[in-house]
Amino acid sequence: MLNIFGQLFNRPSAVFGIAVILLMLFAAAFAPWLMPHDPFEQSFDGLTLMGEPLPPGGEFPLGTDLLGRDLASRLILGTRTSLIIGVLANGIAVVMGAFVGVLAGYFGGWLGMVLMRFTDLMMAFPALLLAIVLAAIFKPSLLIVALVIAMVNWVQMARVVYTEARSLAEREFIQVQKAIGSSPFRILFRHLLPHLLSSIIVFGTLGISTTVLLEATLSFLGVGVQPPTPSWGNIIFENQTYFNTAPWLVFFPGVAILLLALAFNLVGDALRDILDPTLKGRH
Amino acid sequence: MTSPQVSDSSQVPDPGGSLLSVQDLHVQVATPTGAKTILDGLSFELGRRETLCLAGESGSGKSMTALAIMGLLPKPMARISRGSIQLGNLELTRLSESQYRKIRAARISMIFQEPMTSLNPISTVQKQLCETLLEHGQCSRQEAPDRALALLKDVRLTEPEQRLQQYPHELSGGMRQRVMIAMALACDPEILIADEPTTALDVTVQAEILELMRSLQKEHNTGLLMITHDMGVVAEMADRVLVMKEGQEVETAAVRQLFSKPVHPYSQALLKAVPRLGSSEPKEPLPTTLESVVQIKDLKVHFYIRGGVFNRPVARIHAVENVSLSIRAGSTLALVGESGCGKSTIGKAMMGLVPWSGKIQLNGDSIAGLSRPQMQRVLRNIQMIFQDPGASLDPRMKVGDQVGEPMVVHGIARGTELKDRVAYLFQRVGLSRDAIERYPHEFSGGQRQRICIARALSLSPKVIIADECVSALDVSIQAQVLELLKELQQEDDLAYLFISHDMAVIEQMADEVAVMRLGQIVEHGYRDAVLRDPRHSYTQRLLSAVPIPDPEVERAQPRRETSAEPESPIFKLHEQPTPLHLQEIAPGHLVAS
Repeated sequence: MLNIFGQLFNRPSAVFGIAVILLMLFAAAFAPWLMPHDPFEQSFDGLTLMGEPLPPGGEFPLGTDLLGRDLASRLILGTRTSLIIGVLANGIAVVMGAFVGVLAGYFGGWLGMVLMRFTDLMMAFPALLLAIVLAAIFKPSLLIVALVIAMVNWVQMARVVYTEARSLAEREFIQVQKAIGSSPFRILFRHLLPHLLSSIIVFGTLGISTTVLLEATLSFLGVGVQPPTPSWGNIIFENQTYFNTAPWLVFFPGVAILLLALAFNLVGDALRDILDPTLKGRH
Repeated sequence: MTSPQVSDSSQVPDPGGSLLSVQDLHVQVATPTGAKTILDGLSFELGRRETLCLAGESGSGKSMTALAIMGLLPKPMARISRGSIQLGNLELTRLSESQYRKIRAARISMIFQEPMTSLNPISTVQKQLCETLLEHGQCSRQEAPDRALALLKDVRLTEPEQRLQQYPHELSGGMRQRVMIAMALACDPEILIADEPTTALDVTVQAEILELMRSLQKEHNTGLLMITHDMGVVAEMADRVLVMKEGQEVETAAVRQLFSKPVHPYSQALLKAVPRLGSSEPKEPLPTTLESVVQIKDLKVHFYIRGGVFNRPVARIHAVENVSLSIRAGSTLALVGESGCGKSTIGKAMMGLVPWSGKIQLNGDSIAGLSRPQMQRVLRNIQMIFQDPGASLDPRMKVGDQVGEPMVVHGIARGTELKDRVAYLFQRVGLSRDAIERYPHEFSGGQRQRICIARALSLSPKVIIADECVSALDVSIQAQVLELLKELQQEDDLAYLFISHDMAVIEQMADEVAVMRLGQIVEHGYRDAVLRDPRHSYTQRLLSAVPIPDPEVERAQPRRETSAEPESPIFKLHEQPTPLHLQEIAPGHLVAS
């Protein structure tokens, strides 16, 4: 375990990724102390005399939004929502998808058929519609939004893992495990999963930006995070129509989402390489 | 093209000099640690109607030589750093890609090892042949189908008209290789390069393909550059042999001279390691008092082919049909047969890896209908070694952990005891202690197979199933691994079920031999009885097809299969294969009537 961290810190790209993630965690944890202004206050100072939002600079480092609220403060507070959604919702989706995929792929038979037909069924529903229905049934809260997003996002992961697990299950070293008498549990976790890690990591990190944006869509439609609570996604959605006059309102939250996804991607890539012994000493 | 005049003219002594001349060829590949020379000053000449064999073990640079001549070196990783390749007066190393395209197929063409992957699976034989012909302007679009048909007749493909309309997957391995040869010869090239052309084929098919290549070479006056690791094939095909090792020429000699008086120590060692059929000492039949550790009675393994809208069974593969065998303690039973005959399936059935019916007794316990946990106990007495040691080791786990894994799974040892046992097992198979902490990719093929053997031994089983366990290895390594298996057998009184297609290897290992065809046993008996006095026509054909690594011996022509279509073990649901009845013609020697 220590060894893995040691190797992570040997890779500049991974170090950058870890730094970004830590910074965001820090921002989320200490948001009340870090915010330069009250993120909910619609101040007159935040608007020009014409009632237009202020561009970045001066008292408001990243500018203000249409209601004169400080964008920097809203972004910092929004880190909480976005991290929870990006990490929690995506995490649940990844674990669930991988679990369903690996079970269906390894065991096949009727279990595999039932699981994969169910996955197909979920895929056939338009993701957004399903999310809206689910979110409308339950009372909107951050946790519910995370669960709803996980519910619609695990299917792709299940598909990818299923296909790969199926071909792996045919490989000789898995046959050998059966011949030795290893339990299915052991084969799944000691031999199949390590080989699936690279796809899980790549697909999982890609999912982060998708989930953050799906949260934004839901929030925009009024079934996600309820205003005035800020999240990166709903800041973009609220302000996209003013992109021409106030581009910073879309630019900064966009950069934040990009950084979050990139950071996880870099760490994920590095982890994948470190965990693959055949690549040792090649990076 | 098959007119008698042409083949008569082959008696005329060779008029021209060399067709192809390779001088001081150096090829380098880029690796993370810098350029690595993989061909180091190779020189040879190939004359008209001559067959030159490049022989050597894996990694010796044989295939790289072929790719360099064809201009197919994987760019930009590999490049020719020095030397020349001359085709007639044309210097090939300086050609551009578009100039090369005019040469390939038209003047030099190549046949690869695996005919399935070298043919395009989604177009018909006719389309692929016509494409080659049209690409090089051999004929007009109207003439192409007729020319294609003539080519197929040339390579003696049965029912050529029908074959033209078929797709590669509808053809057998031998037929595919014939199509490949037809394509290679479509433009009547001066030089044919064959890279292990028969390695993927069964021996009887191999014999036919080699025979075909020889006669076509005579008819077309082609220079043949043959790449092979099989000294039997070398002895049969070559005029001259170039022995290679690590990208360098070790020895070049006329084939007879090489086999009778190899000069270089490496060629001597290589030839000595080649297993020769009929070279081993006669063996006494096993004492009948030995108890059987494995008894198989009326074993059947059927697979269903499903299809249609409801995925219902439409046909049945009788992979194993009414097989009865027994293996005695400390002895080796060899199962031999061509691909698809069901020999591996028997091994898998014994391990419980495929559904089967019949009776299997291991150590006196019947294993029919055992659940997985009950099977666990049985598996302590029976283990399996697979063909490809690279594929049967988990690439992401340290080999020491993999060797110890069966002991962990069966709860035999843990902690320091486990470590000690693993270290002992590594020592037994001749690997050093520091190997334990490494990963599979850090070992050579032979070492990996030793690791697999160590893993199979870790439960101290009574029976080991060795499924083609040396066929992926070079001959010298193969000899060492076989030696190791014999030693272990004597020390532990192991019984082996030795599954192989290689008659010479079987002769070295077996006490008893069972010959299988289409899921049934056609002949069964003591080794010397079956191999020296084969009574079933199939055993005889199999034995006569084995290439003999001695150019002095003229092999009897293998008899062709009488039916054009090879029989298959696939039956319609209401049909059954005809059961064969084994008759005892001598004590312990059973032959199907």
